[in-house]
Amino acid sequence: MRVLKGWQLYVLLLLPLAYIILFHYVPMYGAQIAFKNFSPVKGISESDWVGLKHFKRFIDSYDFWRIMRNTLTLSLYDLAVGFPLPIVLALSINYANQKAFKKTVQMVTYAPYFISVVVMVGIVFLMLDPRIGALNLIIQQLGFDPVNFWENAGYFKSIYVWSGVWQNIGISCIIYLAALSGIDPSLHEAGVMDGASKFQRMIHIDIPGILPVASVILILGMGQMLNTGFEKILLMQNPLNIRTSEVIDTYVYKVGLISKAPNFSYATAIGFFKSLISLVLLLTVNQIAKKLGQNNLW
Amino acid sequence: MYNPSIKESRGDRAFTFVNYTFLVLVLIMVAYPLLYIVSASFSNPGKVAAGEIWLFPKGFNVAGYKAVFDYSRFWTGFTNSLFYTSAGTMLNVTLTVMAGYVLSRRDLVGRNLFMLLFMFTMLFSGGLIPTYLLVQDLGLINTRWAMILPTALSVWNLIIARTFFQVSIPQELLEAAQIDGCNDFKFVWRIVLPLSAPIIAVLCLFYAVGHWNTYFNALIYLRNKELFPLQIILREILILNSVDTAMTNGSEAQAKQALSQLLKFSLVIIASLPILVIYPFVQKHFVKGVMIGSLKG
Repeated sequence: MRVLKGWQLYVLLLLPLAYIILFHYVPMYGAQIAFKNFSPVKGISESDWVGLKHFKRFIDSYDFWRIMRNTLTLSLYDLAVGFPLPIVLALSINYANQKAFKKTVQMVTYAPYFISVVVMVGIVFLMLDPRIGALNLIIQQLGFDPVNFWENAGYFKSIYVWSGVWQNIGISCIIYLAALSGIDPSLHEAGVMDGASKFQRMIHIDIPGILPVASVILILGMGQMLNTGFEKILLMQNPLNIRTSEVIDTYVYKVGLISKAPNFSYATAIGFFKSLISLVLLLTVNQIAKKLGQNNLW
Repeated sequence: MYNPSIKESRGDRAFTFVNYTFLVLVLIMVAYPLLYIVSASFSNPGKVAAGEIWLFPKGFNVAGYKAVFDYSRFWTGFTNSLFYTSAGTMLNVTLTVMAGYVLSRRDLVGRNLFMLLFMFTMLFSGGLIPTYLLVQDLGLINTRWAMILPTALSVWNLIIARTFFQVSIPQELLEAAQIDGCNDFKFVWRIVLPLSAPIIAVLCLFYAVGHWNTYFNALIYLRNKELFPLQIILREILILNSVDTAMTNGSEAQAKQALSQLLKFSLVIIASLPILVIYPFVQKHFVKGVMIGSLKG
């Protein structure tokens, strides 16, 4: 019996499996309270069924469209900026022949990734401070009035997206650099022979070379459309920008854990709604990618 | 790129020029905020508050650092974070290596089923509230366990580890060991572990950075101030702006205000230091980890 012969493997798998069941599958079972009126006294399985009541309430609520719009525009903005820029940087680094300089650029651009989200937002606060922030000092040097970035809700999305670019551009380009180094050098040699300029080689050799990787990253990004950088947004929120900064995840957190009368079932329903749409979204974009003959996840 | 002896065409030279200009600009834009924070942290509190610092420190001063180091809650948070990071990472790496190796074994009956079980959690989750309720039911709220157990394993890292084992532990090694009468426990302990130093380094790095930098679980699971990790203390000071009066004790109101501004800069530096110090040494491993992760499993 192969199963018995390999019993020691199952012993090794025991703890990880126990973890995944307890901390991932049990909450999935617990998510049924989205369809119930959860009462702590009755517990998860004994609470009364209410069907889709909480989902209806969310979709009909005044907040629904605002939150959906914020979540989607923030994600799209993030994707529109955060997806192409690392590719540009990788292509650019790839054409820098000066080794020491190349190393420096990589070293410096990777570093912000390791900064914690709290410190990151702290840095953004300090940089954009209306009185002492470096950015405002520069704006004033150039002869403009200082901008109060935190009192204007319109700035929120840009601050979120561009500070994300600052933090992640280096780390995101690693994968493209790897793909670029995997391109067959004979293609470039043939290009040089035929008199192609560097720019032409970049367009016709390098970009097609990283396209498969890029499409996987894009698929993943689209599948994550409803998952915004929750921890960071929560830190950046204030009463003045809440109009543009409230997204699904922060709303769930507030309804479920912060509110004076926490509504576990309602919050779970909103979270469940999000997870479900995310799953469908990921499967759909993957299917589309497959149809187009590009790389896909499975 | 190759054969630099061939003279570049005018177009190529222009391309190279534009390219380097772009990279220099990127370099400046990424490095500038870091330089600004470092400079301000070493400056005179009055000059910082007056908005005079934009590149170089003025009126060299370590008052901000002193205020941070004198603050007892900073040290509580720091030691707590050290504990959560080391204990958490140890558990993480142990579980990840065990599961990663087992799932890399082609002769494991039910391998695909197990893999599916792990992978599905990346696609769908019960959500914030059911997880919170579970942690509550387990009685972990307000205990150190809440910082360690709910994040005991990351499936993403598990896949990285599994890919590593698949690629770098040859099937022949296992067969040879089995013929010599070596069982699976022994094989893992004597052969696999000694060969997996690179992946263990990568996993330690990923997990440790994650533990050190996260604040959200502490925010929802912990109430007792004695258990707070550093990131929560940072959040209070940097984000919520609630500087404890104990930190700026014994100075005039205005000086107090200036100092509480200055110590934010120092705090940013000190909090990032542990990771930035080891960063140059682990950068290589980190890049490797990202690349293993990008291989299709």
